Amino acid sequence: MDWGALHTVLGGVNKHSTSIGKIWLTVLFIFRIMILVVAAEKVWGDEQDDFVCNTLQPGCKNVCYDHFFPISHIRLWALQLIFVSTPALLVAMHVAYRRHEKKRQFRKGDQKCEYKDIEEIRRQRFHIDGSLWWTYTSSIFFRLVFEAVFMYAFYFMYDGFRMPRLMKCSAWPCPNIVDCFVSRPTEKTVFTIFMIAVSSICILLNVAELCYLLAKFFLRRSKKAGNPKHHPNHENKEETKQNEMNELISDSCQNTVIGFTS
Amino acid sequence: MNWAGLYTVLSGVNRHSTAIGRIWLSVIFIFRIMVLVVAAESVWGDEKSAFTCNTQQPGCNSVCYDHFFPISHIRLWALQLILVTTPALLVAMHVAYQQHQEKKLLVLTGHGDPKHMEEVKKHKMRISGSLWWTYVCSVVFRLLFEAVFMYIFYMLYPGYQMLRLVKCEAYPCPNIVDCFISRPTEKTIFTVFMLVTSSICIVLNMAELVYLVVRACARRGQHNSNPSSGKSSFYGHKLSSEYKQNEINQLLTDQDGSLKDMLRRNPGLQEKGDRCSAC
Repeated sequence: MDWGALHTVLGGVNKHSTSIGKIWLTVLFIFRIMILVVAAEKVWGDEQDDFVCNTLQPGCKNVCYDHFFPISHIRLWALQLIFVSTPALLVAMHVAYRRHEKKRQFRKGDQKCEYKDIEEIRRQRFHIDGSLWWTYTSSIFFRLVFEAVFMYAFYFMYDGFRMPRLMKCSAWPCPNIVDCFVSRPTEKTVFTIFMIAVSSICILLNVAELCYLLAKFFLRRSKKAGNPKHHPNHENKEETKQNEMNELISDSCQNTVIGFTS
Repeated sequence: MNWAGLYTVLSGVNRHSTAIGRIWLSVIFIFRIMVLVVAAESVWGDEKSAFTCNTQQPGCNSVCYDHFFPISHIRLWALQLILVTTPALLVAMHVAYQQHQEKKLLVLTGHGDPKHMEEVKKHKMRISGSLWWTYVCSVVFRLLFEAVFMYIFYMLYPGYQMLRLVKCEAYPCPNIVDCFISRPTEKTIFTVFMLVTSSICIVLNMAELVYLVVRACARRGQHNSNPSSGKSSFYGHKLSSEYKQNEINQLLTDQDGSLKDMLRRNPGLQEKGDRCSAC
């Protein structure tokens, strides 16, 4: 189970996201996860081996490294990416639940169920409305919260985002104030700033998506309020669903007919 | 065979699990296996090479490392995850056996064509009867393994905290020697993280167990208040033609809907003197 598997899992969620959500997912995978795996991991690869302290005292290097780096940047980013991408699974679970309900209706032969084929239910893309809207909005909210928490944790632990070249350490068993030198500080600073910048872009995309969803919600509500006579929620839904179904049926019609006649 | 292989094997089980079972599987794969592979393994990567003792005595370093770390956290977690995920295979085996029985039944009733065989493979089994017992056993085993490993962990590494300094006097160390562990804080953070996710998984397993028991009792209560349905005992009349016809009908109604639908739209698929009573 690695980043590739996470990509497979989240790729399925992509189908039911908004356009901004799809952009966010692309930014996450290409500019954060991929950069982490192909570049950043190598930069931090020798972080402890090449952390050198000006002392021969055994144990001083270990203790000083532990004191200045309670948790490595790489691990923090890995945890951040895992936590930030998992709320999307709430949406996937909700969609799976809706699909399951539609299949049940179809199997019972419910008149309300407008699908002709069980395959159609599997292929259908659900609109973000009703309870799915709340799940989707919650998932964006959680993403924002996790991003913010990790950015703050980062800033708090490393006093800013710059990697210094030299650190002075006096933790036991170091005999006095010892100079310790960090490996590749400039390269690490560059990547840290890059990851922070992309993280900020992701936060902006999430905020934009949240605003878009809220605007859509209020627009729909005002349309409903402005047109009280016909029930736009039910009728438009029915019309839209019928249109989609017709499209799907006409697209797959040939195959279905051929399949049954053979 | 690696974690990806295990993921492939267990994804198949996912289809026949309860909703809580699916959540449990997601937590296992994303918050435990994935964190282990992408983060924890690199934290413990240099645990022996960076374990330093304040001595020049050859062998002292190795002996002290072995004394304080009889089995590494990473290996313990790997074993725990493998043992905890494998009871789900009991369910997979039982489902495969039931599908095999269904296929045999279909062949007996003359619906042994590839289309119907595919339908049997695709449809989701209900967790009832003997499958319920298998499922419950698998959940109990999961709980047991989780608890045993948490206990082993606590016995081997009391307090779950990784110390910066350990004092060692095992032979051939000349006296009480200071040994320093690499990245103790990071290791403590990940140990606590894995512990928390393990506890969450235990809670999910308990919830699933309670859900299954409650569902079974509710079903039994319904069955008792409706004695006319399904009077015959589970073991009696198994080979009678009535029972066989009932099973066929049950099988046909339990199908995805497409089988019933297919039979309805293509009466030619049904045998002439053998009209399906469920259609």
